[in-house]
Amino acid sequence: MSLLEIENLSLTIGNRSILKDVDLSVAPGEVVGLVGESGSGKSMTAMTVMQLLPFTAEAAGSVRFDGIDILAATEDQMCALRGDDIGMVFQEPMTALNPVKTIGEQVAEGIRWHTRAGRAEAEERARKILDRVGLPEAKFPLTRYPHELSGGQRQRVVIAIACALKPKLLIADEPTTALDVVLQAQILDLLRDLVHENNMGLLLISHDLAVVTEMSDRITIMRHGEVMEAGETAQTLSGQVHPYTRQLALASMHVPKRRPFSPLAGEMSSNATEGVASERNVDTPNKTPLVSVENVSRLYPGRRTSFFGRGTPIHAVDDVSLDIAPAQSVALVGRSGCGKSTLARMILALDKPSAGAIRFRGETISHRDEAELKPARRNMQVVFQDPYGSFDPRQKVEKLVAEPLHLLEKKPTPAERREMAAHALHEVGLGSADLDKYPHEFSGGQRQRLSIARAIITRPRLIVADEPVSALDVSIRAQILDLFADLNARLGVAYLFITHDLTVARAITDEVLVMHEGRIVERGATKEILDRPQSEAAKALVAAAPDLHRALARKMQEQG
Amino acid sequence: MTLQTEIPREKLASLATRALHHKSFIAGFLVAMLVAGMAALSFLWTPYDVTRLVISDKLLAPSAAHWFGTDHFGRDVLSMIMVGARNSIAVALVAVGIGMGIGVPLGCWAAARGGLVDEVLMRLNDLVFAFPALLSAIMITAIFGPGAINAIIAIGIFNIPVFARVARAGALAIWPREYILAARAAGKGKALITLEHVLPNIATLLLVQGTIQFALGILAEASLSYVGLGAQPPMPSWGRMLFEAQTRMAQAPWMAVFPGMAIVITVLALNLLGDGVADILDPKSRRRR
Repeated sequence: MSLLEIENLSLTIGNRSILKDVDLSVAPGEVVGLVGESGSGKSMTAMTVMQLLPFTAEAAGSVRFDGIDILAATEDQMCALRGDDIGMVFQEPMTALNPVKTIGEQVAEGIRWHTRAGRAEAEERARKILDRVGLPEAKFPLTRYPHELSGGQRQRVVIAIACALKPKLLIADEPTTALDVVLQAQILDLLRDLVHENNMGLLLISHDLAVVTEMSDRITIMRHGEVMEAGETAQTLSGQVHPYTRQLALASMHVPKRRPFSPLAGEMSSNATEGVASERNVDTPNKTPLVSVENVSRLYPGRRTSFFGRGTPIHAVDDVSLDIAPAQSVALVGRSGCGKSTLARMILALDKPSAGAIRFRGETISHRDEAELKPARRNMQVVFQDPYGSFDPRQKVEKLVAEPLHLLEKKPTPAERREMAAHALHEVGLGSADLDKYPHEFSGGQRQRLSIARAIITRPRLIVADEPVSALDVSIRAQILDLFADLNARLGVAYLFITHDLTVARAITDEVLVMHEGRIVERGATKEILDRPQSEAAKALVAAAPDLHRALARKMQEQG
Repeated sequence: MTLQTEIPREKLASLATRALHHKSFIAGFLVAMLVAGMAALSFLWTPYDVTRLVISDKLLAPSAAHWFGTDHFGRDVLSMIMVGARNSIAVALVAVGIGMGIGVPLGCWAAARGGLVDEVLMRLNDLVFAFPALLSAIMITAIFGPGAINAIIAIGIFNIPVFARVARAGALAIWPREYILAARAAGKGKALITLEHVLPNIATLLLVQGTIQFALGILAEASLSYVGLGAQPPMPSWGRMLFEAQTRMAQAPWMAVFPGMAIVITVLALNLLGDGVADILDPKSRRRR
C-alpha cells in the first residue's frame, strides 16, 4: 500500500495552469526521485502535499497521505501532519533556519509542539537526533546559533528538524543544490541511512539526474507541469523511451566540442570594436603568461576576542602561485570555503593580496590604483554564479551589457555603444530586440548569456567565471558550456573557471588546479587529474562527484 | 526553484492601477491634495484678510459668516488655517529637502568608503540624534533668533541624520551585490557606482522616509511655533494659533479645535500616503492584496 498517493492532480494559480494530471506515489521505505527543469512544477507538487500553496492556488484531483485526504484537510489537521508525519528539507540551508534561535531550540520546537513534551524531554530528543545527523553535542552544543555553522552543518540541522519525529514521509526539495560535491555526497548518505532506519518514504526533488539516479528506486520526470515518464529508475533511464528523458540524460552527460583557437575564424567584421581587438595578434608569439600569480597570500583579520585584541588571522589564500597562458582554459576546483573565490577576486584586482604579486600580461596589478588598472581591466572580465544577482534590476540591458565600455580610452558615442551591445548580444545568441528589456524579463539561462555578453564586449583576454553554471538546469547548463567553448575557439579568450563541479572542469578546461584550505595541492592536465587524482583533496572531490554513467551502472545491477 | 527577490521596474500604467486600488493611498493622497490646494488658494483668495484686526468681531462662534469662528483679534480662523497651511508646507518641504540633500550624500559616502569615514560620520549622527530634536531646535532658534527661516534650518538639521542613516543602511545592503562587483570590474569608481546603481535601488526607501519626515516636519513646525520660535506674527501658523487658543479654551474652544484638527488630519494623511507609496512600489505587496 502506498503512503502517498497523488492522482490526477491539477493546480491553477490565477488563470495559469501549473500542474496537469500529475500522478505520483511513494511507498514506505521507498525513495522516489522527482526530476525536471526549473518551472516544471516539482516544487509545486511538494507544496501541494504540504498544503503550503499560495492563497490563490486551486487544486483538483486527489492527494491521499496515509489514508487522509490532503486536499480536503483543514488547516488544523495539516498543522498536526506537517513536521510530525511529513517532514520537509529545503534547498537553501542559509535561510531555512531562524538566525536568532539556537539550533537546540529549533529542533526541540517541533517536538514540543507535536508531542506536548516538556522542555527537558524535548531537549533530550533534540540532542539525540542532532547526534544522529552527525552533530554530536560534544562538538556542536545545542546552544550554537546557525551562523556559527557551515552550510553543510546547517543542512544537517534542517534534516534533524524534519526527521526529529520520525516522519513517515520526508520531502527533500533540492536538498544539496547549494552545497559542494563532497558535502552533497555526505548529505545524500545521511538521507539514505535515515530512510533505511525508519522505513521512511522519501520524495527527492532535484534537477540533477545523477543525484536522483544514485538515490532513488523509482523516478518521475516532469516538464511544464506534466509527468513525462515514470517508472523504475534503471529501466526508465536505460530505456529512455520518452524523448524528453533522452534529452535530459544527454544534457546531463554533455561535453562541448572544443576546437583550438584560430584567430581568423573569430575575427569580427564590425568596425565598432576596432581598436579593442586589433592588437590581439601582436603578442601571441611571445611566451609571457597572460596571468602570473606569485606566492600570493590573503589574510583576513581574526575574530575580535576583546576590545583591542583579535584572534589569529585566517589564511584565506596561502602562498599560491599559478600561470595562465593566453587562450588557455584553466579550472580552479575545490570545496566551498577553500579560498578559490578570494583568489579570483585578487586576480581581477577587486581585492588586494596581503603578500605576493599578481602580474597581468607582464605588468603588476596588485597594489595599483583604479586609474592605472584601466588597461588591465579592459582585458579581463568576470561572469558570476548567480544570474539573478549579477544585474542591477533598475537598468536596461543595453546599459548593463555596455557597462565595461567605460574602460575604453575613447568613449564610444551612444550609437556605437548600442551597436556594440547588440553585437555582443548577438554573439551569445540573443537578439538586439533584447536591448531595451529589463533583467527580470529573462530566464536564468538567458541572464547568464547576458552576463557573458557583458564580459566579452571589450574583447578581453581573460574571463574569470565563478561557478558560472551551478545555478542552471542541466539542459541550459549544456548550452552555456557550449557557448563558453565556442567563444574560447573564436575569440581566443583564456578562462579561469572556478567550480566545485568536476563535470564542468572536464567539459571545457585544459588544466586543473585543485585548491584546498587556501593552498593549491595539485595541478596538471584536466584528464590526468580527474582520472588519477593524487592528493587527498582531489581524490575526495573525484569520488564525491555525481556521475550519471556510474550511477546508472550501479542501479542496473541493483534493479536488474 | 529560485525566487525572484529584486524589484523589477514597473511600468507606469501598472503602477497607476495599483495606486487606484490602494485605499489608504487614495485617502492620504486626496487629503494631502486638499491641504495643498487650500494653501495654494490662500495666495489668491481667503474669506477674510488675516492681517486686518476687527476687534468688534472678536471670539465669534462658528457661523455662516465665519465657518470656523474668529479669534481674540477678530480674525477669521478658517482664513488663518489656510494661510498657516502655506507656512507649514513650506517649512516641512524645505526641511526635508535640506535633510535629503545633505543626509543622503553623507550616508552614501559612509557606505561606499566604510572604515574610519563611516565610523566618524555615524558617530556624529548619533550625537545629533542624542539631543531631543525639539530641545535642540529651541537652542538653534534661541541663538539665531526666532523666525520661519531659522525654524526651517533647525528642523532641516535634524532631518540630516535620519536620511543619512536610511541611505547608509540601504546602500550597505546594495554594495555586496554581484552587479556592484561587475561594475567595479568594469572599472567604475565608487562615486559613479553610487550614482548609477546604488541610488536608483534605494530611491524607494528614501521616498517613503521623505513622506514620513514631511509629516514630522509639519508637527515640528507646529511645536516650534507653539513655543513662539517659529513663524512670527502677523504671519499665521498652526502651532501659534494653538498657543494663543490655550488661555481661551473655555471661552472659545473653536480657536484650538480647528487648527488642532488641521494638524492631526494633515499628518495622518501624509502617513497614509507614505504607507501607500511603500506598498505600491513594493512588488511583493501585490500578492497580498
